[in-house]
Amino acid sequence: MSLTPDDVKRIARLARIEISDVEADATQGQLNTIFNLIATMQAVDTSNTTPMAHAQEVYQRLRTDAVTESDRHAAFQAVAPAVENDLYLVPKVIECP
Amino acid sequence: MSDASLSALAAQLAAKQVSSRELAQQYLDRIAALNPSINAFITVNADKTLAEANLADAMRAAGNAGPLTGVPIAHKDIFCTNGWLTTCGSKMLHNFIAPYDAHVIQRFKAAGMPSLGKTNMDEFAMGSSNETSYFGAVKNPWNTAYVPGGSSGGAAACVAARMAPAATGTDTGGSIRQPAALCGITGLKPTYGLVSRYGMIAFASSLDQAGPMAPSAEDCALLLNVMTGFDPNDSTSLEREKEDYTRDLDQPLTGLRVGLPREFFTEGLNNEVAASVEAAITELQKLGATTVDISLANSKLAIPVYYVLAPAEASSNLSRFDGVRYGYRAPEYTSLDDMYSKTRAQGFGAEVKRRIMIGAYVLSHGYYDAYYLQAQKIRRLIADDFIEAFKTCDVILGPTIPGTAFKLGEKSGDPVEMYLNDLYTIPANLAGLPGMSLPCGFDAKGMPIGLQLVGNYFSEAKMLNVAHQFQCATDWHTHAPEGLK
Repeated sequence: MSLTPDDVKRIARLARIEISDVEADATQGQLNTIFNLIATMQAVDTSNTTPMAHAQEVYQRLRTDAVTESDRHAAFQAVAPAVENDLYLVPKVIECP
Repeated sequence: MSDASLSALAAQLAAKQVSSRELAQQYLDRIAALNPSINAFITVNADKTLAEANLADAMRAAGNAGPLTGVPIAHKDIFCTNGWLTTCGSKMLHNFIAPYDAHVIQRFKAAGMPSLGKTNMDEFAMGSSNETSYFGAVKNPWNTAYVPGGSSGGAAACVAARMAPAATGTDTGGSIRQPAALCGITGLKPTYGLVSRYGMIAFASSLDQAGPMAPSAEDCALLLNVMTGFDPNDSTSLEREKEDYTRDLDQPLTGLRVGLPREFFTEGLNNEVAASVEAAITELQKLGATTVDISLANSKLAIPVYYVLAPAEASSNLSRFDGVRYGYRAPEYTSLDDMYSKTRAQGFGAEVKRRIMIGAYVLSHGYYDAYYLQAQKIRRLIADDFIEAFKTCDVILGPTIPGTAFKLGEKSGDPVEMYLNDLYTIPANLAGLPGMSLPCGFDAKGMPIGLQLVGNYFSEAKMLNVAHQFQCATDWHTHAPEGLK
């Protein structure tokens, strides 16, 4: 398998990382080297193997449906790049007609 | 002072020979003198440290002192620390003052252990040399032309340079053990789930685990007593009885069965490292241990498996860094989508972007089965090898890494060569097993060599027993870099 510069740009787009043509060319070579390393696992027969998603066989705990946290929105919004009236500010996403 | 063990420092505090404030000041002075050349700390805040030390002294005066009350510790900058800059080594969080404490931080605070500051690390814990930090590379205290390892490189370097008596680290693929080996200290990654991940900035959640880093195994046992325990805020935290990890330190090693994985002693292993590990095996045999030949046949696939699973989890975890709620936001953008893309392009470094892109790709439509699912299946095969091995041995022993510290810049241009550093450490993360590294010698250049122990699930006390007995019979862990004293 070998990624093209267009593949790299598509992946960067999926990951929401802006990438220039020059960066995509450089990244292409590095990612291909890494995927060549990863490809060595394709030779292993795993047809009878159960996937291991986690180190411990644990289940999600349930807790009682009760309030456990206090309202700390001021402290949490104090570290935000842009806040107004307790709301996070982002560029307009819906245009008015 | 600076070579004292944690138990010795605790004894001095208990005997009122020194106050926590005086002790903290001594370490702060040493940090001020050495950090400009080592760069082990991203943030030092003497006022906060001394305020915490005063609290520790007050705890002791009130008769509420625990075993380590007043002993200071340095924290990896991956742990959210209320009121402290918490950067994870990234421009993305260069301005992030954490509004709460990670569970690990809460525990050390409750134990009365003042924080000496936040240690440097590879960006988002992605690296094996500490060169990917936005705040500059950490230098190895044994020779500042060399890397300290990573990602907990600042933690390992500050302990090696005796700028802190102990430090916290995290280990996703070797990030405690590899820098511990390269800096000549002891570090332990516990069984997955023993230490809460709450407030520990996530890299690969099914692998990340915090642990102690200090000169000796005895120190690590004392720290593990503080760090471990159930936390309802971490959905993978294990509900288990609290253990005393110092309980077996003094047990003899008579009858101990040490498993030697033949795959860890093949070509690729540096001769000097092999010789030091062989000498350590001889030492353990003198102490009554026997060796068992074992096979971890699938461990050779650990690196490809890891570089599918860890980036996949990272691509999901790091999607939260979008310039909206905290951290860096690009100064100019034309739309919401453009803000995300520019913020992430400017806020993340090259290695982090590479791993996010690998993760986005292996999880994308049409590739999931070939990459992510296949990697999860081989993860099972790797874990099964360990389960089989532990039927015939009590602890697995080998080198921590194939070599010793390399020069700054030597491997930073070749990601794959850098990844191969973690060949022996990654298998324990994939299986969720505890692993530790302890010093066992030096190469001809005077750089430390690391010995790795991997134990069965929840066998930390046994591993610490083996390491402590080895350290009672040898003095490798007492060596400190010269010229820094």
